[in-house]
This record gives sequence, C-alpha cells and structure tokens, in this order.
Amino acid sequence: MQKTLFEKIWEAHEVSSLSEVQSLLYIDRIFLHERTGAIALQSLAEKQRQVRQRAHAFCTMDHIVDTIPGRSAHTLMPSGREFIIATRSATQDADIRLFDISDPDQGIVHVLSPELGIALPGSTIICPDSHTCTLGGVGAVGWGVGSTEAEHALATSTLRVKRPRTMRINYTGEAPANLTAKDIILLTIRTLGTGGGSGFAIEFSGDAIRKLEVEARLTICNMSVELSAFTGIIEPDPQVMDWFSGRDFAPTGEQLDLAKSYWQSLKTDALATFDRETTIDLSQAKPQLSWGTSPEHCIDHDGKIPEPKDAPSKIAREAWRRALEYMELKPSTHLSNYPIQAAFIGSCTNSRLSDLRAAADYLQQTNNKVAKGVKAICVPGSGRVKRAAEAEGLDKIFIEAGFEWREPGCSLCFYAGGEDFGEGARIVSTTNRNFEGRQGIRAKTHLASPISVAASACAGFPIGGLL
Amino acid sequence: MRAFTQHNGVAAPLFRDNIDTDAIIPSREMKTVSKSGLAAGLFAPWRYLDAQTRTPNTDFVLNKPSYKSASILIAGHNFGCGSSREHAAWALAEFGFRAILAHSFGAIFKNNAIRNGILPIELKWPDLEAIAEWVAANPAENTISIDLDAQSVSAGPLGSTDFGIDPEAKLMLLHGLDEIGLTERFSAEIEAFEKKDMLVRPWNYLKAT
Ligand code: SF4
Repeated sequence: MQKTLFEKIWEAHEVSSLSEVQSLLYIDRIFLHERTGAIALQSLAEKQRQVRQRAHAFCTMDHIVDTIPGRSAHTLMPSGREFIIATRSATQDADIRLFDISDPDQGIVHVLSPELGIALPGSTIICPDSHTCTLGGVGAVGWGVGSTEAEHALATSTLRVKRPRTMRINYTGEAPANLTAKDIILLTIRTLGTGGGSGFAIEFSGDAIRKLEVEARLTICNMSVELSAFTGIIEPDPQVMDWFSGRDFAPTGEQLDLAKSYWQSLKTDALATFDRETTIDLSQAKPQLSWGTSPEHCIDHDGKIPEPKDAPSKIAREAWRRALEYMELKPSTHLSNYPIQAAFIGSCTNSRLSDLRAAADYLQQTNNKVAKGVKAICVPGSGRVKRAAEAEGLDKIFIEAGFEWREPGCSLCFYAGGEDFGEGARIVSTTNRNFEGRQGIRAKTHLASPISVAASACAGFPIGGLL
Repeated sequence: MRAFTQHNGVAAPLFRDNIDTDAIIPSREMKTVSKSGLAAGLFAPWRYLDAQTRTPNTDFVLNKPSYKSASILIAGHNFGCGSSREHAAWALAEFGFRAILAHSFGAIFKNNAIRNGILPIELKWPDLEAIAEWVAANPAENTISIDLDAQSVSAGPLGSTDFGIDPEAKLMLLHGLDEIGLTERFSAEIEAFEKKDMLVRPWNYLKAT
C-alpha cells in the first residue's frame, strides 16, 4: 500500500481505531503556554487527575510576558501577573518543565519546540495554540487544540482525533530569488482562500519547498491554520535530520543514528494518492502584502487594492467592503499611498535567526533608517535566537536603523489590553493574522515578510522589500 | 458537560464569513485564569461602541431587543477560525448559546464547542441562507427547533433540514460525556502501545527528572 507521509505518521501513532473516521492517537509531546496552559493544568488537578507523562510535557511564558528589557511578572497587560503566577504554581504542582521569564531558553512556544528538539520528525505534538502546525516544518505532526483537549492529552497521553483528508500543494516554476517563505505562504492563502485547507492535512511539496532552509519551512507550515487546515507538513530531508544534532531534548549518539534511520522512512511514497492535489506556480510570484482583514486579502506588493465588485461571491463582496472600510483604504489605489505608524518583526511566523538576518541585511545594505513617526520593533523568538543574533551584531544593526530590540515573546503579535502601537495604528507586520483588532484597538495590520517590514519601516508606508 | 438533546430557540443572524475567535472574544477580554466571567466580552469589538465603558452598539444584532434571548447563532463560512482559545466556546455558552448554524467551522473551535455542550451544525449554503433570511424577517416568532438525535433543524415554513455529525461527537453531546473518562477505559491499550513503540522509537521516551 502506497502511503503519504502524513498517513505514515498517523498510523504509527494509532493506539486504537475508534471508528472509521476517528482514532485514539498517541501524543508524543505537549507544550503549554501561560495564556491557555494554566487553565488546562488547573482543571486537570481539580478533577484529581495527573499528568501521565510529565517528561513529555513542557510550558513556556510567551503570550503575556512583556518583551521590554528589564521585564518582570508585573506586566503591562492588566491581570497578566495572575496568569504568570497561576502558571508557575500549576506547572510546579504538576512537576513539568517551565521556561520561565528568567530562563535563558524562554521564548515563543513554536520557536522553542524545534529549537530545543522537543518536536522531532515523525512525532506528534499538541499545544493549546492554533499555530502548533508550525512544527510540520521539521516533519512533525503538530496541531492546535483547546484547553479541554490539552487536558485530555495531559491525562492520557492521547487524543481522540478525526482523521483529516490529505492534500498536497505542489509548487512549480522557478521562484524569483527575492521571494521569501512568507511570500510563498501568503500567496498560497491568497490563491486557495482561508477555507482552502479545511478538513485537510496539507503536505507542502515541490522544488521551491525542498530548497528552503529549515527555518523557512517552519514559516510555511506556521500559516497552515490560516488555510483552515488541520496541519501542514514538509518531508524531512537530511538537512532537517542534521539540524537536530546537539539540540537539548533531541536524541544523541546511537539513539540519534537510530532515529535518523527511522526518519528516512518519513516520505510520501511515489504512488501514494492524496484526496486533493493542487499546483501553485511561483515563476511570476512577487512579494506579498495583505490589504484587508483576512490573510487571504493579499496583493502583489506593487499591485492595486481590489474593488469589491470583483469579489468572487456576494458574501465575499460584503467582506471586502467591510475590510476596506475597517482598513481605511480606497479600492484601486496602491498601499504605498498610506502612511504607517508602526513596523513589527517577530512572532512564531518570522522571529527566527534567518528572519532577523534577512531584515538586518536589508537595513545594512540599503543603509536606510526607520522613517519619522514610525515605531519599529524587533522581537527575537527565543532567548537562543536573541543571543545568536547579538553574537552576529544584528541587534546593533536594528538599533542603529531605529528599531527597538526586545526580549523574546509573542509581544505585539496580539493585543491583550497591554502594549499596543496606538489606537487605529497602521502596522506592517511579520505576524500571521490581520484580523480586526488583533494588534490593537482598530489596529490596521498589513502582513508581510521580514524584508518587506524592514523596507516599509524605512519607507514609511507598506512596500515589498527586495534584496 | 451539559448534554444536548433537543432545543428550540430564537436565532440571531450574524451572517458573515470567517468570524474568528479574536472577534468572538478578543484577548483583552480574557482577564482571569477561569472558564467563567467571559459572556460580557462576547463579540466585544462589535457589541460595544467603547469596550471600556461598555457602551452598546445598538446596530449589532445581539443588542437588538428581538435577539436578546437568542440561543442559536447563524453565521457563514468558517465560523470560529483563528486562535485556539476555548474562551470562545466558554463565552458563547455562558451567554446562552446552545447551537451554531454555519456552512463550516474552524476545526479547533468545532471541537471546543462540542466539549462545552454547544452543537455546531453544518448546513448547505442555500439552506443556511434561507434560514438566515427567514429568521431576520421576524426574529421573535421565527424560532428554530433542533433535534440532535434525529439530526434535523426545522425552521417554520421552510420545513426541516438534516445535518451530519460525527457519531462520537453526537454521543458525547447527547449524554454530556466526559471525554477523559471515555479514554481512560483504553489505558491498557495505551500501555501496550508504548511498550511496542519503545522498541521502534526508543528516543521518543524521555525520562522524568
Ligand atoms: S507569536 Fe502570535 S501567533 Fe504565534 S503563538 Fe504567539 S500570539 Fe500566537
């Protein structure tokens, strides 16, 4: 029987088949964060249940903690402290590893999982956080769950999961040299729509994907959930396998050799069939910018903002009209007509070393400075990313260009009543969601790659950056 | 968990696509480490002109007198997409919603809804549109009846429409079952799986310190 990569991992984790469509799956790793994790642990304890495999459970402080240097448990977010204290005591009671504020390895959950070798090729990992699909970038099956399901996984090391259908996106055509992983995934969402992956586990495939470095693959898979997919995954190749050498929770020595020979089998068989296959040609692709309030509302960086009358359906026409109104944009104009007040580099989509390098390269090569009136912030994804970046002097490049250099965390990726860019600010951001109010009250978010954000910060309006 | 068998109630049309969990309950409304006290933050960005002072936006559907007692919500495609926050389901349940009619749902939200006694019903577009229009025409009188066992929704003169649901989700909702309790019956299978898997993937099994 010819099988897809996803099917192989699924079957290797099937404890029991509950019905034709549902299985009891073994969950290798559970990662929690202070926003949604404490409540799962508390609720578990209330029911007098224990964490079944505490060495397989981890927790970080990323969502609520401030990213301002000198931060403490007293957060700008009202009541943030309560979450931090509750997380400390819940993880202590459950006796699971916590990456607390002062931990040198603290950072964004989906940056830590691969970086510390917690998520491995062929493993299953869940987190009460929708961007757990990021880990498909290293060949893991990761998906987001609610707190109740996280509680289930903590108590039983399993989840009852409906088997998704399989879909493959084949990228064809020689991608232009300046095209980043972020542009590829934004273009994909623009093409397939935010419902395009609904009910599917997506495999990203093709030459353009194979050529991507590990970190860029994480960026691609990160936004699978913006296609409404169950998860996204990329075949782990030797590059990925080698990448795990020396990572804290990854196997070493003989165990690593054993793991590597197992990981070799994590491939989609040549004749395996998918429930859906689709092709995206990258030969004409350009840097993408979002104009509206859904990640599918993207245009080429030099393209025109669309007219609602050209929307594909009645309900989409209404959505486009609402989005234009919210974003205070006029159809048929260019995004470069609209001044921005902020630029943000960070988040589980684009806060890894390669992302920071790309933006810093742009700043250094162009010698451009952040435009007047623009608040620009760069937030490394983890303590390790931050230290590595500083060792290369990237922090200096950012600071000299006019960016703030922050401590690791989710930061201004989302607004929880704490720090924001000011009411109604127009922001160019490397994050994954441009929903209404996501980054602040009436905040207007334009999604873009790290290079584009650096370029926009200097230009003072949304623009695609080319290197 | 609260069981769901049958329900008859007022339906509020919020007939938009991609209503994300940030819109259902924004992060700033999740103020305590608790599953309750969230109803006031439900749809806060749309429901209030000023979230701080809670000045109601009288144009918003749930602020209109005829929908005050709504227990069923009607949305478009992809309801509950976005963040995994279960607070969206907790807030909807606390407000009094028992069922949501939509064309499709965000996968994580759908699971969360089921685990909190809210029935997510997926309907074909023309049926959904017809129900939304009929409800909007006469909200107070035009109530909707849902029968989970029969898997049908009836809306007055429009008659009844069948809907599909996973057998296990149906069972959980009908009996208000605790999923962890169900799985604990498999503990022998889980241990057997680990024993076997430990031979194949020994590196996966980390030791507790
Ligand atoms: S960086 Fe943003 S999208 Fe990623 S986990 Fe944090 S809040 Fe969520």
